Amino acid sequence: MGQQIVNGLFLGSIYALFALGYTLVFGVLDILNLAHQAVFMICAYAALVLVVHLHMPIFAALPVAVLAGGLLGMVVDRIAFRPLRGRSDSNIAGLISSIALATILEAAVLQFFGPDVERFPFGTVPTRSIQIGGAVVSELQIVIIAIAVAMLLGLTWLLRRTRLGRRIRAVAESPKAARVLGVDVDRIISASFFVSSALGAAAGVLFGLAFNNVAPDMGRSVELKGLAVIVLGGMGSMPGAALAGVALGLLEVFTVAWIGSSYRDAVAFGVLFLVLVLRPRGLLGPAALREA
Amino acid sequence: MSAPGVPLLEIRDLEVAYGHVHAVRRISLRVNAGQVVTLIGPNGAGKTSTLAAVAGLLRPQGGQVLLEGRDVTGLPAHRAVEQGIVLVPEGRSILARMSIEENLVLAAEARTPRPPTAEQRRRVEAQFARFPVLGERRKLPAGSLSGGEQQMLAFARALLMSPRILLLDEPSMGLAPLLVRRVFDLVEEIHREGATVLLVEQNARLALQVSDHAYVLERGHIVLQGPSSELAADPRVQAAYLGGSTET
Repeated sequence: MGQQIVNGLFLGSIYALFALGYTLVFGVLDILNLAHQAVFMICAYAALVLVVHLHMPIFAALPVAVLAGGLLGMVVDRIAFRPLRGRSDSNIAGLISSIALATILEAAVLQFFGPDVERFPFGTVPTRSIQIGGAVVSELQIVIIAIAVAMLLGLTWLLRRTRLGRRIRAVAESPKAARVLGVDVDRIISASFFVSSALGAAAGVLFGLAFNNVAPDMGRSVELKGLAVIVLGGMGSMPGAALAGVALGLLEVFTVAWIGSSYRDAVAFGVLFLVLVLRPRGLLGPAALREA
Repeated sequence: MSAPGVPLLEIRDLEVAYGHVHAVRRISLRVNAGQVVTLIGPNGAGKTSTLAAVAGLLRPQGGQVLLEGRDVTGLPAHRAVEQGIVLVPEGRSILARMSIEENLVLAAEARTPRPPTAEQRRRVEAQFARFPVLGERRKLPAGSLSGGEQQMLAFARALLMSPRILLLDEPSMGLAPLLVRRVFDLVEEIHREGATVLLVEQNARLALQVSDHAYVLERGHIVLQGPSSELAADPRVQAAYLGGSTET
Protein backbone atom coordinates (compact mmCIF):
# COMPACT_ATOMS: atom_id res chain seq x y z
CA MET A 1 0.00 0.00 0.00
CA GLY A 2 2.69 2.49 1.04
CA GLN A 3 4.71 1.34 -1.93
CA GLN A 4 1.83 2.06 -4.31
CA ILE A 5 1.33 5.50 -2.85
CA VAL A 6 4.99 6.36 -3.39
CA ASN A 7 4.87 5.03 -6.95
CA GLY A 8 1.66 6.89 -7.61
CA LEU A 9 3.00 10.17 -6.29
CA PHE A 10 6.08 9.69 -8.39
CA LEU A 11 4.14 9.13 -11.61
CA GLY A 12 1.58 11.76 -10.66
CA SER A 13 4.20 14.44 -10.12
CA ILE A 14 5.41 13.97 -13.70
CA TYR A 15 1.84 14.16 -15.02
CA ALA A 16 1.30 17.27 -12.94
CA LEU A 17 4.37 18.99 -14.41
CA PHE A 18 3.30 18.11 -17.92
CA ALA A 19 -0.30 19.19 -17.38
CA LEU A 20 0.64 22.45 -15.65
CA GLY A 21 2.45 23.56 -18.77
CA TYR A 22 -0.54 22.58 -20.85
CA THR A 23 -2.90 24.41 -18.52
CA LEU A 24 -0.82 27.57 -18.41
CA VAL A 25 -1.11 28.13 -22.16
CA PHE A 26 -4.74 27.05 -22.11
CA GLY A 27 -5.48 29.56 -19.36
CA VAL A 28 -3.74 32.41 -21.16
CA LEU A 29 -4.84 31.76 -24.72
CA ASP A 30 -7.90 29.50 -24.41
CA ILE A 31 -6.00 27.31 -26.81
CA LEU A 32 -4.74 23.76 -26.55
CA ASN A 33 -1.13 23.59 -27.61
CA LEU A 34 -0.94 20.09 -29.02
CA ALA A 35 2.75 20.55 -29.75
CA HIS A 36 3.35 20.38 -26.00
CA GLN A 37 3.95 16.64 -26.17
CA ALA A 38 6.55 17.12 -28.93
CA VAL A 39 8.49 19.52 -26.69
CA PHE A 40 8.21 16.92 -23.92
CA MET A 41 9.70 14.26 -26.20
CA ILE A 42 12.40 16.39 -27.85
CA CYS A 43 13.72 17.60 -24.52
CA ALA A 44 14.02 14.04 -23.25
CA TYR A 45 16.21 13.44 -26.32
CA ALA A 46 18.11 16.64 -25.66
CA ALA A 47 18.98 15.47 -22.16
CA LEU A 48 19.94 12.07 -23.51
CA VAL A 49 22.30 13.57 -26.09
CA LEU A 50 23.88 15.83 -23.47
CA VAL A 51 24.47 12.88 -21.15
CA VAL A 52 25.53 10.27 -23.72
CA HIS A 53 27.51 12.34 -26.18
CA LEU A 54 28.67 15.33 -24.20
CA HIS A 55 29.11 13.33 -20.99
CA MET A 56 27.33 15.91 -18.92
CA PRO A 57 26.04 14.85 -15.52
CA ILE A 58 22.24 14.66 -15.56
CA PHE A 59 21.89 17.47 -13.06
CA ALA A 60 23.61 19.78 -15.51
CA ALA A 61 21.79 18.33 -18.53
CA LEU A 62 18.34 18.78 -16.97
CA PRO A 63 18.47 22.59 -16.68
CA VAL A 64 19.94 22.87 -20.18
CA ALA A 65 17.14 20.72 -21.59
CA VAL A 66 14.54 22.73 -19.66
CA LEU A 67 15.93 25.99 -21.04
CA ALA A 68 15.96 24.53 -24.55
CA GLY A 69 12.36 23.43 -24.04
CA GLY A 70 11.36 26.95 -23.07
CA LEU A 71 12.99 28.40 -26.16
CA LEU A 72 11.39 25.73 -28.33
CA GLY A 73 8.04 26.73 -26.84
CA MET A 74 8.59 30.31 -27.96
CA VAL A 75 9.31 28.99 -31.46
CA VAL A 76 6.09 26.95 -31.33
CA ASP A 77 4.16 30.11 -30.46
CA ARG A 78 5.86 32.03 -33.23
CA ILE A 79 5.23 29.40 -35.91
CA ALA A 80 1.98 27.68 -34.95
CA PHE A 81 0.01 30.36 -33.10
CA ARG A 82 1.07 33.96 -33.63
CA PRO A 83 0.45 34.09 -37.40
CA LEU A 84 -3.14 32.99 -36.74
CA ARG A 85 -3.84 35.38 -33.88
CA GLY A 86 -6.69 37.79 -34.48
CA ARG A 87 -8.49 35.47 -36.88
CA SER A 88 -12.00 34.57 -35.87
CA ASP A 89 -11.14 30.85 -36.12
CA SER A 90 -7.78 31.20 -34.37
CA ASN A 91 -8.61 28.61 -31.70
CA ILE A 92 -9.35 25.74 -34.03
CA ALA A 93 -6.71 26.88 -36.52
CA GLY A 94 -4.08 26.99 -33.78
CA LEU A 95 -5.11 23.56 -32.59
CA ILE A 96 -4.58 22.17 -36.07
CA SER A 97 -1.33 23.98 -36.77
CA SER A 98 0.08 22.79 -33.44
CA ILE A 99 -0.83 19.20 -34.34
CA ALA A 100 0.98 19.74 -37.64
CA LEU A 101 4.04 21.13 -35.89
CA ALA A 102 4.05 18.21 -33.42
CA THR A 103 3.90 15.75 -36.31
CA ILE A 104 6.78 17.47 -38.09
CA LEU A 105 8.93 17.52 -34.96
CA GLU A 106 8.17 13.89 -34.23
CA ALA A 107 9.02 12.89 -37.79
CA ALA A 108 12.29 14.81 -37.59
CA VAL A 109 13.26 13.00 -34.40
CA LEU A 110 12.28 9.68 -35.93
CA GLN A 111 14.44 10.44 -38.94
CA PHE A 112 17.40 11.42 -36.81
CA PHE A 113 17.31 8.88 -33.99
CA GLY A 114 15.29 6.03 -35.50
CA PRO A 115 12.27 4.38 -33.95
CA ASP A 116 14.13 2.40 -31.30
CA VAL A 117 13.92 3.18 -27.64
CA GLU A 118 17.02 4.96 -26.35
CA ARG A 119 18.24 4.60 -22.80
CA PHE A 120 20.31 6.66 -20.43
CA PRO A 121 23.62 4.92 -19.61
CA PHE A 122 23.80 3.02 -16.34
CA GLY A 123 24.88 5.30 -13.52
CA THR A 124 23.23 8.44 -14.94
CA VAL A 125 20.97 8.58 -11.95
CA PRO A 126 21.42 7.32 -8.39
CA THR A 127 20.36 3.70 -8.15
CA ARG A 128 20.30 3.23 -4.40
CA SER A 129 17.04 2.69 -2.58
CA ILE A 130 15.95 3.39 0.92
CA GLN A 131 13.23 1.94 3.14
CA ILE A 132 10.49 4.27 4.34
CA GLY A 133 7.99 2.36 6.44
CA GLY A 134 7.17 -0.68 4.35
CA ALA A 135 7.98 0.98 1.05
CA VAL A 136 11.15 0.77 -0.96
CA VAL A 137 11.84 4.19 -2.40
CA SER A 138 14.60 4.79 -4.90
CA GLU A 139 16.67 7.91 -4.62
CA LEU A 140 15.60 8.70 -8.17
CA GLN A 141 11.96 8.72 -7.14
CA ILE A 142 12.70 11.07 -4.27
CA VAL A 143 14.70 13.38 -6.52
CA ILE A 144 11.99 13.44 -9.17
CA ILE A 145 9.23 14.18 -6.66
CA ALA A 146 11.41 16.89 -5.11
CA ILE A 147 12.11 18.49 -8.51
CA ALA A 148 8.42 18.39 -9.40
CA VAL A 149 7.39 19.95 -6.09
CA ALA A 150 10.10 22.61 -6.40
CA MET A 151 8.87 23.50 -9.91
CA LEU A 152 5.27 23.67 -8.74
CA LEU A 153 6.25 26.02 -5.94
CA GLY A 154 8.40 28.04 -8.31
CA LEU A 155 5.51 28.37 -10.75
CA THR A 156 3.14 29.43 -7.99
CA TRP A 157 5.63 32.04 -6.83
CA LEU A 158 6.13 33.26 -10.40
CA LEU A 159 2.42 33.64 -11.06
CA ARG A 160 1.48 35.11 -7.67
CA ARG A 161 4.40 37.30 -6.74
CA THR A 162 6.23 38.60 -9.79
CA ARG A 163 5.54 41.32 -12.32
CA LEU A 164 5.65 38.73 -15.13
CA GLY A 165 3.18 36.51 -13.27
CA ARG A 166 0.76 39.37 -12.69
CA ARG A 167 0.97 40.23 -16.36
CA ILE A 168 0.41 36.63 -17.42
CA ARG A 169 -2.71 36.49 -15.25
CA ALA A 170 -3.88 39.84 -16.61
CA VAL A 171 -3.57 38.61 -20.21
CA ALA A 172 -5.28 35.34 -19.23
CA GLU A 173 -8.25 37.26 -17.87
CA SER A 174 -8.58 39.93 -20.55
CA PRO A 175 -6.08 40.78 -23.29
CA LYS A 176 -7.80 44.12 -23.85
CA ALA A 177 -7.66 45.14 -20.20
CA ALA A 178 -4.01 44.08 -20.13
CA ARG A 179 -3.25 46.21 -23.20
CA VAL A 180 -4.75 49.25 -21.56
CA LEU A 181 -2.38 48.66 -18.63
CA GLY A 182 0.58 48.86 -20.98
CA VAL A 183 1.13 45.11 -21.28
CA ASP A 184 2.72 43.92 -24.53
CA VAL A 185 0.34 41.00 -24.99
CA ASP A 186 2.39 39.21 -27.66
CA ARG A 187 5.43 39.26 -25.41
CA ILE A 188 3.52 37.92 -22.43
CA ILE A 189 2.08 35.12 -24.55
CA SER A 190 5.59 34.29 -25.72
CA ALA A 191 6.79 34.24 -22.09
CA SER A 192 3.87 31.98 -21.16
CA PHE A 193 4.94 29.56 -23.86
CA PHE A 194 8.47 29.66 -22.47
CA VAL A 195 7.34 28.79 -18.96
CA SER A 196 4.81 26.24 -20.16
CA SER A 197 7.26 24.44 -22.42
CA ALA A 198 10.03 24.52 -19.80
CA LEU A 199 7.66 22.61 -17.49
CA GLY A 200 6.83 20.20 -20.32
CA ALA A 201 10.54 19.74 -21.00
CA ALA A 202 11.23 18.98 -17.34
CA ALA A 203 8.41 16.45 -17.38
CA GLY A 204 9.91 14.85 -20.50
CA VAL A 205 13.40 14.50 -19.04
CA LEU A 206 12.05 13.16 -15.75
CA PHE A 207 9.75 10.75 -17.57
CA GLY A 208 12.69 9.50 -19.66
CA LEU A 209 14.75 8.99 -16.52
CA ALA A 210 11.94 7.40 -14.55
CA PHE A 211 11.23 4.70 -17.12
CA ASN A 212 14.67 4.84 -18.71
CA ASN A 213 12.90 5.02 -21.99
CA VAL A 214 13.18 7.75 -24.61
CA ALA A 215 11.33 7.20 -27.89
CA PRO A 216 9.82 9.39 -30.62
CA ASP A 217 6.28 8.46 -29.63
CA MET A 218 6.73 8.85 -25.88
CA GLY A 219 4.65 12.02 -25.84
CA ARG A 220 1.53 10.41 -27.25
CA SER A 221 0.13 8.68 -24.18
CA VAL A 222 1.20 11.52 -21.89
CA GLU A 223 -0.61 13.96 -24.16
CA LEU A 224 -3.93 12.21 -23.60
CA LYS A 225 -3.26 12.00 -19.86
CA GLY A 226 -2.42 15.69 -19.88
CA LEU A 227 -5.74 16.51 -21.54
CA ALA A 228 -7.54 14.36 -18.99
CA VAL A 229 -5.73 16.18 -16.20
CA ILE A 230 -6.73 19.61 -17.55
CA VAL A 231 -10.37 18.58 -17.68
CA LEU A 232 -10.25 16.76 -14.34
CA GLY A 233 -8.59 19.70 -12.61
CA GLY A 234 -11.00 22.24 -14.01
CA MET A 235 -10.18 23.93 -17.30
CA GLY A 236 -7.41 26.44 -16.76
CA SER A 237 -7.05 25.91 -13.00
CA MET A 238 -3.38 25.54 -12.02
CA PRO A 239 -3.89 24.02 -8.55
CA GLY A 240 -6.54 21.81 -10.11
CA ALA A 241 -4.08 20.54 -12.70
CA ALA A 242 -1.46 19.77 -10.05
CA LEU A 243 -3.99 17.94 -7.89
CA ALA A 244 -5.51 16.07 -10.83
CA GLY A 245 -2.06 15.06 -12.11
CA VAL A 246 -1.16 13.47 -8.80
CA ALA A 247 -4.62 11.88 -8.55
CA LEU A 248 -4.26 10.36 -12.00
CA GLY A 249 -0.83 8.97 -11.14
CA LEU A 250 -2.16 7.34 -7.96
CA LEU A 251 -5.17 5.99 -9.80
CA GLU A 252 -3.03 4.37 -12.47
CA VAL A 253 -0.68 2.76 -10.01
CA PHE A 254 -3.49 1.36 -7.90
CA THR A 255 -5.29 0.06 -10.99
CA VAL A 256 -2.18 -1.79 -12.07
CA ALA A 257 -1.66 -3.22 -8.60
CA TRP A 258 -5.22 -4.27 -7.89
CA ILE A 259 -6.93 -4.84 -11.22
CA GLY A 260 -4.25 -5.37 -13.83
CA SER A 261 -2.11 -3.26 -16.07
CA SER A 262 -4.32 -3.64 -19.15
CA TYR A 263 -7.08 -1.71 -17.36
CA ARG A 264 -4.82 1.21 -16.51
CA ASP A 265 -6.08 3.67 -19.13
CA ALA A 266 -9.64 2.34 -18.99
CA VAL A 267 -9.93 3.14 -15.29
CA ALA A 268 -8.20 6.49 -15.66
CA PHE A 269 -10.52 7.66 -18.41
CA GLY A 270 -13.52 6.01 -16.75
CA VAL A 271 -12.93 8.18 -13.70
CA LEU A 272 -12.55 11.21 -15.95
CA PHE A 273 -15.94 10.35 -17.46
CA LEU A 274 -17.51 10.02 -14.01
CA VAL A 275 -16.08 13.34 -12.86
CA LEU A 276 -17.45 15.02 -15.95
CA VAL A 277 -20.89 13.60 -15.27
CA LEU A 278 -20.93 14.34 -11.54
CA ARG A 279 -18.89 17.52 -11.40
CA PRO A 280 -18.63 19.05 -14.87
CA ARG A 281 -16.46 21.93 -13.79
CA GLY A 282 -13.70 19.57 -12.62
CA LEU A 283 -12.10 19.37 -9.20
CA LEU A 284 -11.12 23.02 -8.82
CA GLY A 285 -12.64 24.62 -11.88
CA PRO A 286 -14.31 28.03 -11.91
CA ALA A 287 -17.75 27.97 -10.34
CA ALA A 288 -19.64 29.10 -13.38
CA LEU A 289 -18.95 27.51 -16.72
CA ARG A 290 -19.56 29.56 -19.79
CA GLU A 291 -23.01 28.89 -21.11
CA ALA A 292 -23.35 27.73 -24.66
CA MET B 1 7.72 70.25 -20.67
CA SER B 2 6.07 71.10 -23.92
CA ALA B 3 7.22 74.04 -25.94
CA PRO B 4 4.84 77.01 -25.80
CA GLY B 5 2.23 76.87 -28.51
CA VAL B 6 2.59 73.12 -29.09
CA PRO B 7 -0.49 71.31 -27.86
CA LEU B 8 0.07 68.31 -25.60
CA LEU B 9 -2.10 66.19 -27.87
CA GLU B 10 -2.95 67.01 -31.43
CA ILE B 11 -5.06 64.92 -33.77
CA ARG B 12 -4.80 65.82 -37.46
CA ASP B 13 -7.20 64.50 -40.09
CA LEU B 14 -7.67 61.24 -38.21
CA GLU B 15 -9.54 58.51 -40.07
CA VAL B 16 -10.72 55.27 -38.53
CA ALA B 17 -12.64 52.58 -40.39
CA TYR B 18 -13.89 49.10 -39.65
CA GLY B 19 -13.66 47.39 -43.01
CA HIS B 20 -15.67 49.65 -45.29
CA VAL B 21 -17.49 51.39 -42.47
CA HIS B 22 -15.97 54.75 -41.68
CA ALA B 23 -16.28 55.56 -38.00
CA VAL B 24 -14.12 58.68 -37.96
CA ARG B 25 -13.67 60.92 -41.03
CA ARG B 26 -10.69 63.25 -40.99
CA ILE B 27 -11.19 64.88 -37.64
CA SER B 28 -8.72 67.28 -36.06
CA LEU B 29 -8.56 68.43 -32.47
CA ARG B 30 -6.10 69.81 -29.94
CA VAL B 31 -5.68 69.40 -26.22
CA ASN B 32 -3.33 71.83 -24.47
CA ALA B 33 -1.38 70.86 -21.36
CA GLY B 34 -3.50 71.15 -18.24
CA GLN B 35 -6.77 71.37 -20.16
CA VAL B 36 -9.83 69.20 -19.93
CA VAL B 37 -11.25 68.86 -23.42
CA THR B 38 -14.46 66.99 -24.08
CA LEU B 39 -15.74 65.23 -27.13
CA ILE B 40 -19.51 64.93 -27.09
CA GLY B 41 -22.00 63.55 -29.54
CA PRO B 42 -24.59 60.87 -30.03
CA ASN B 43 -24.05 57.13 -29.93
CA GLY B 44 -22.06 55.86 -32.90
CA ALA B 45 -20.59 59.26 -33.71
CA GLY B 46 -17.04 57.89 -33.55
CA LYS B 47 -16.03 59.11 -30.09
CA THR B 48 -14.84 55.76 -28.77
CA SER B 49 -13.07 54.98 -32.05
CA THR B 50 -11.18 58.26 -31.79
CA LEU B 51 -9.92 57.44 -28.30
CA ALA B 52 -9.10 53.85 -29.29
CA ALA B 53 -7.01 55.11 -32.20
CA VAL B 54 -5.10 57.55 -29.97
CA ALA B 55 -4.52 54.83 -27.36
CA GLY B 56 -3.24 52.34 -29.94
CA LEU B 57 -6.09 49.86 -29.65
CA LEU B 58 -7.06 50.58 -33.25
CA ARG B 59 -4.85 51.48 -36.18
CA PRO B 60 -6.04 54.63 -37.90
CA GLN B 61 -6.46 54.52 -41.69
CA GLY B 62 -5.12 58.01 -42.03
CA GLY B 63 -4.09 61.18 -40.29
CA GLN B 64 -1.69 61.82 -37.45
CA VAL B 65 -1.60 61.73 -33.68
CA LEU B 66 1.03 64.02 -32.16
CA LEU B 67 2.09 64.03 -28.53
CA GLU B 68 3.94 67.26 -27.76
CA GLY B 69 4.62 67.54 -31.47
CA ARG B 70 6.08 64.03 -31.79
CA ASP B 71 4.35 61.60 -34.12
CA VAL B 72 2.82 58.71 -32.16
CA THR B 73 0.39 57.59 -34.87
CA GLY B 74 -0.31 53.88 -34.92
CA LEU B 75 1.86 52.94 -31.95
CA PRO B 76 0.66 49.69 -30.36
CA ALA B 77 -1.16 50.17 -27.08
CA HIS B 78 1.72 49.23 -24.79
CA ARG B 79 4.00 51.70 -26.56
CA ALA B 80 1.37 54.41 -26.27
CA VAL B 81 1.23 53.76 -22.52
CA GLU B 82 5.03 54.09 -22.40
CA GLN B 83 4.59 57.52 -23.96
CA GLY B 84 2.10 58.46 -21.25
CA ILE B 85 -1.13 58.04 -23.22
CA VAL B 86 -3.45 56.37 -20.72
CA LEU B 87 -6.97 55.23 -21.55
CA VAL B 88 -9.80 54.43 -19.17
CA PRO B 89 -11.97 52.49 -21.60
CA GLU B 90 -15.70 52.35 -21.78
CA GLY B 91 -16.86 49.61 -19.42
CA ARG B 92 -13.73 50.26 -17.36
CA SER B 93 -11.81 47.07 -18.23
CA ILE B 94 -10.90 46.23 -14.67
CA LEU B 95 -9.44 42.78 -14.05
CA ALA B 96 -12.33 41.30 -12.10
CA ARG B 97 -10.63 38.08 -11.00
CA MET B 98 -7.51 39.80 -9.70
CA SER B 99 -7.47 41.62 -6.38
CA ILE B 100 -8.07 45.35 -6.13
CA GLU B 101 -4.50 45.75 -4.96
CA GLU B 102 -3.10 43.72 -7.86
CA ASN B 103 -5.03 45.89 -10.31
CA LEU B 104 -3.28 48.91 -8.83
CA VAL B 105 0.15 47.28 -8.65
CA LEU B 106 -0.11 46.34 -12.34
CA ALA B 107 -0.77 50.00 -13.10
CA ALA B 108 2.00 51.27 -10.82
CA GLU B 109 4.57 49.08 -12.54
CA ALA B 110 3.23 49.68 -16.04
CA ARG B 111 5.76 52.31 -17.06
CA THR B 112 8.64 51.32 -14.81
CA PRO B 113 10.08 47.88 -15.59
CA ARG B 114 12.39 47.78 -12.56
CA PRO B 115 10.84 50.08 -10.03
CA PRO B 116 11.95 50.71 -6.50
CA THR B 117 9.22 48.75 -4.77
CA ALA B 118 9.05 51.12 -1.80
CA GLU B 119 8.23 53.98 -4.15
CA GLN B 120 5.62 51.85 -5.88
CA ARG B 121 4.01 50.91 -2.57
CA ARG B 122 3.89 54.55 -1.58
CA ARG B 123 2.09 55.45 -4.79
CA VAL B 124 -0.42 52.61 -4.42
CA GLU B 125 -1.05 53.65 -0.81
CA ALA B 126 -1.63 57.23 -1.99
CA GLN B 127 -4.46 55.96 -4.22
CA PHE B 128 -5.89 53.94 -1.35
CA ALA B 129 -5.88 57.17 0.65
CA ARG B 130 -7.72 58.96 -2.14
CA PHE B 131 -10.24 56.11 -2.49
CA PRO B 132 -10.67 54.61 1.00
CA VAL B 133 -13.34 52.22 -0.26
CA LEU B 134 -10.65 50.49 -2.33
CA GLY B 135 -8.15 50.37 0.51
CA GLU B 136 -10.59 48.71 2.88
CA ARG B 137 -11.10 45.85 0.44
CA ARG B 138 -7.70 45.67 -1.20
CA LYS B 139 -7.39 41.88 -1.05
CA LEU B 140 -10.83 41.19 -2.56
CA PRO B 141 -11.35 40.46 -6.25
CA ALA B 142 -11.99 43.66 -8.17
CA GLY B 143 -15.14 42.07 -9.57
CA SER B 144 -16.72 42.30 -6.12
CA LEU B 145 -16.85 46.10 -6.38
CA SER B 146 -20.00 47.92 -7.48
CA GLY B 147 -20.04 49.75 -10.80
CA GLY B 148 -19.18 53.09 -9.22
CA GLU B 149 -16.39 51.57 -7.16
CA GLN B 150 -15.02 49.89 -10.26
CA GLN B 151 -14.91 53.29 -11.92
CA MET B 152 -12.93 54.61 -8.92
CA LEU B 153 -10.56 51.68 -9.35
CA ALA B 154 -10.19 52.45 -13.05
CA PHE B 155 -9.36 56.08 -12.22
CA ALA B 156 -6.88 55.09 -9.52
CA ARG B 157 -5.21 52.70 -11.93
CA ALA B 158 -4.98 55.33 -14.64
CA LEU B 159 -3.48 57.89 -12.25
CA LEU B 160 -0.85 55.35 -11.12
CA MET B 161 0.29 55.07 -14.72
CA SER B 162 1.53 58.69 -14.56
CA PRO B 163 -0.44 59.83 -17.59
CA ARG B 164 0.68 62.80 -19.64
CA ILE B 165 -2.75 62.67 -21.20
CA LEU B 166 -5.69 60.82 -19.73
CA LEU B 167 -8.34 59.57 -22.14
CA LEU B 168 -11.66 58.94 -20.40
CA ASP B 169 -14.29 57.03 -22.35
CA GLU B 170 -17.83 57.46 -21.01
CA PRO B 171 -16.81 57.37 -17.34
CA SER B 172 -20.37 58.02 -16.17
CA MET B 173 -21.97 55.28 -18.22
CA GLY B 174 -24.22 52.95 -16.28
CA LEU B 175 -23.80 54.76 -12.97
CA ALA B 176 -26.49 56.03 -10.61
CA PRO B 177 -26.91 59.85 -10.64
CA LEU B 178 -25.09 60.35 -7.34
CA LEU B 179 -22.11 58.40 -8.63
CA VAL B 180 -22.19 60.26 -11.93
CA ARG B 181 -21.72 63.46 -9.92
CA ARG B 182 -18.86 61.85 -8.01
CA VAL B 183 -17.11 60.88 -11.26
CA PHE B 184 -17.32 64.42 -12.61
CA ASP B 185 -16.10 65.83 -9.29
CA LEU B 186 -13.15 63.54 -9.69
CA VAL B 187 -12.47 64.85 -13.18
CA GLU B 188 -12.46 68.39 -11.78
CA GLU B 189 -10.20 67.26 -8.93
CA ILE B 190 -7.54 65.80 -11.21
CA HIS B 191 -7.91 68.83 -13.49
CA ARG B 192 -7.00 71.07 -10.54
CA GLU B 193 -4.02 68.82 -9.88
CA GLY B 194 -2.80 69.68 -13.37
CA ALA B 195 -3.86 66.64 -15.36
CA THR B 196 -4.59 66.89 -19.06
CA VAL B 197 -7.77 65.06 -20.01
CA LEU B 198 -9.63 64.19 -23.20
CA LEU B 199 -13.12 63.24 -22.04
CA VAL B 200 -15.67 61.42 -24.17
CA GLU B 201 -19.19 61.66 -22.78
CA GLN B 202 -22.81 61.28 -23.63
CA ASN B 203 -23.74 63.32 -20.58
CA ALA B 204 -23.08 66.56 -22.44
CA ARG B 205 -24.32 68.84 -19.67
CA LEU B 206 -21.83 67.66 -17.07
CA ALA B 207 -19.07 67.20 -19.62
CA LEU B 208 -19.41 70.86 -20.66
CA GLN B 209 -19.41 71.93 -17.02
CA VAL B 210 -16.10 70.29 -16.17
CA SER B 211 -14.24 71.02 -19.42
CA ASP B 212 -12.38 74.01 -20.87
CA HIS B 213 -13.00 73.27 -24.51
CA ALA B 214 -15.42 71.03 -26.38
CA TYR B 215 -15.85 69.36 -29.74
CA VAL B 216 -19.13 67.98 -31.04
CA LEU B 217 -18.80 64.84 -33.14
CA GLU B 218 -21.60 63.63 -35.40
CA ARG B 219 -21.32 60.71 -37.83
CA GLY B 220 -17.53 60.86 -37.81
CA HIS B 221 -17.28 64.62 -38.39
CA ILE B 222 -16.61 67.46 -36.00
CA VAL B 223 -19.59 69.74 -36.49
CA LEU B 224 -19.00 72.31 -33.75
CA GLN B 225 -16.25 73.33 -31.43
CA GLY B 226 -15.41 76.08 -28.97
CA PRO B 227 -14.92 76.93 -25.33
CA SER B 228 -17.22 74.74 -23.27
CA SER B 229 -19.11 77.66 -21.73
CA GLU B 230 -19.91 79.02 -25.21
CA LEU B 231 -21.02 75.64 -26.49
CA ALA B 232 -23.24 75.15 -23.47
CA ALA B 233 -24.97 78.39 -24.42
CA ASP B 234 -25.23 77.53 -28.12
CA PRO B 235 -28.86 76.91 -29.11
CA ARG B 236 -27.94 74.06 -31.44
CA VAL B 237 -26.10 72.26 -28.67
CA GLN B 238 -28.91 72.94 -26.24
CA ALA B 239 -31.48 71.52 -28.61
CA ALA B 240 -29.53 68.44 -29.58
CA TYR B 241 -27.63 67.52 -26.43
CA LEU B 242 -28.88 69.38 -23.43
CA GLY B 243 -32.51 68.49 -24.02
CA GLY B 244 -34.14 71.58 -22.52
CA SER B 245 -33.00 71.90 -18.94
CA THR B 246 -33.50 68.51 -17.32
CA GLU B 247 -30.57 67.25 -15.28
CA THR B 248 -29.51 63.78 -16.42
